[in-house]
Amino acid sequence: MAIAVRDLCMAFGPRVIQRDLTFDIRRGDIFVIMGGSGCGKSTLLRHLIGLQAPAQGRVLFGDTDFWQVDETTRQTIQRRCGVLFQSGALWSSLTLQENVALPLLEFARQEDDAANELAAMKLALVGLAGFENFYPSEISGGMKKRAGLARAMALDPEILFFDEPSAGLDPLSSARLDELILELRASLGATVVIVTHELASIFAIGNQAVFLDAETKTMIAIGDPQQLAIDGPAPVRAFLSRGKT
Amino acid sequence: MTPDAPSPAAAVLVPREDGTLQVVVSGHWRVGQALPDPAPIVTALDGAAALRLAAERLDAWDSSLLVFLLRLYDAAVLRQRPVDCQPLPDGLARLIRLARVVPRAAQPPLASRPTWLAHIGHAALARWQSFPEWLSFIGELTLATLRFFIGRARYRQEEFFWLIEECGPRALPIVSLISFLVGTILAYMGATQLALFGAQIYIADLVGIGMVREIAALMTGIILAGRTGAAFAAQLGTMQVNEEIDALRTLGIPVIEFLVLPRVLALLLMAPLLTLYAAVVGVLAGALIAALVYDVGFNAYYFQTVAALSLPHFLVGLFKGTVYAGLVAFAGCLCGMRCGRSAQAVGEATTAAVVLGILLITISAALLTIAFQRLGI
Repeated sequence: MAIAVRDLCMAFGPRVIQRDLTFDIRRGDIFVIMGGSGCGKSTLLRHLIGLQAPAQGRVLFGDTDFWQVDETTRQTIQRRCGVLFQSGALWSSLTLQENVALPLLEFARQEDDAANELAAMKLALVGLAGFENFYPSEISGGMKKRAGLARAMALDPEILFFDEPSAGLDPLSSARLDELILELRASLGATVVIVTHELASIFAIGNQAVFLDAETKTMIAIGDPQQLAIDGPAPVRAFLSRGKT
Repeated sequence: MTPDAPSPAAAVLVPREDGTLQVVVSGHWRVGQALPDPAPIVTALDGAAALRLAAERLDAWDSSLLVFLLRLYDAAVLRQRPVDCQPLPDGLARLIRLARVVPRAAQPPLASRPTWLAHIGHAALARWQSFPEWLSFIGELTLATLRFFIGRARYRQEEFFWLIEECGPRALPIVSLISFLVGTILAYMGATQLALFGAQIYIADLVGIGMVREIAALMTGIILAGRTGAAFAAQLGTMQVNEEIDALRTLGIPVIEFLVLPRVLALLLMAPLLTLYAAVVGVLAGALIAALVYDVGFNAYYFQTVAALSLPHFLVGLFKGTVYAGLVAFAGCLCGMRCGRSAQAVGEATTAAVVLGILLITISAALLTIAFQRLGI
């Protein structure tokens, strides 16, 4: 499923965050949303996953205009997306297995045993085999991220969204998470949308990137991050080389 | 692909001459649909030398196929038969590898799930072990209070005043409503009996002494437990979750002085005022009922009330109200400070704060009433 963003304007009341955003996320892309702190990256993600309505403009999933269709259609679209939140957002009263199994029980009409087996498999995919009965409070931050990823993949989504996947992880764990994302994308063929300002991740996994600028309040570049680092606009080149231009 | 009539999911056994059991999956694998049973294949594995997984005319697949293949894979590994995943589509083979590359963590969950008997035992032990925590909390609070009175406690004055407003003035509407209704109930209940003897005027004594001495303090205490005690526990609990309390500790700021002391003092300061206010509202409600329903004049009611009440009644009532508020603040802050680090823990802390608050109020109400009776106050 491809996503098309057309003339999107995001605002909190009268305060405009970003305007005139137009870009396409193609099927199979690893699409990076980058930009400095406070430029509206996470807000854009919230618009894409349907948590916040745009002030103007459209977000299209395939041919469907997300904000023009009724609630039921919207939920169907949302169920085809998986989201990994910044700190995992695991439900603290449920074990890891229950966390992953909950969407399966709610939406895939699975029996308990089948859902548990599926959940255990997803946890094994992210390297958490054996941790099924742990509660989120009993595991480390990196494990929470991976468990959150397992939950995001519960319903075999076509698009995976990641909000700052490397935030709070050491470089090794962060690199391993990147590898995992690449591996899953390759095996499952899912589209991946990532909000990050981790340069290593941007170059390692992104094949398409949009740069949001906080000052002009709009996107100032789109393209392959490797290429943008060479011939992108000055602020983007500065961002991608940590200011050493 | 045949989108209009997807072929059903199937797994065919193809034994080969070299003793390898080949399993060929095909069709349309979707979670929630009828899928082949892996059990016969697992049984057939016992007589095979190796397992070979392959796919043919595989239309579409999701996690259900992966779960199916992993079962066969695990069964083969358990029987120490080599598994060949090469013939599978690349994505599937990679996912199987990914799912089994990290060995299963051997350690049991940190919190093992005990039997019910062990559960009771653990709960009792936890209660017992939390007792020293209580004591140290009370001790620290006492020390903080002493430092406050010699003017050396560290706390933020703005927050203290904000807390005072939160505990006092903002509780007035609910205190008014509840005291008025309780006063009304008291007046009605007493009057139906007193009217039998034509002694309606004694409604004033009943409501006056009842409200001032006992009920105003009790109702204020219970309102504060539900309103302020719960808020304290939720605030401190959330601060615990967000590591805000740890941040204070690392700066060397005494948490009890900074967070708990202002809350306790604000509530103690406001409690006598709220109790007095509740008593006045209750007495007014009684007067209203007596005048409107039982034909007692306002003047007569006023003089009867003044004659019935004496200073000790007020002092006893205010004392009780203050004690209850102190207990509520104690319960709220203690439960908040002991809160765990999750959303569920905050809920538990808030519940515990209200339950503990009301429990302590009831116990102290009984003890104080008996004590004052014996002392003849």
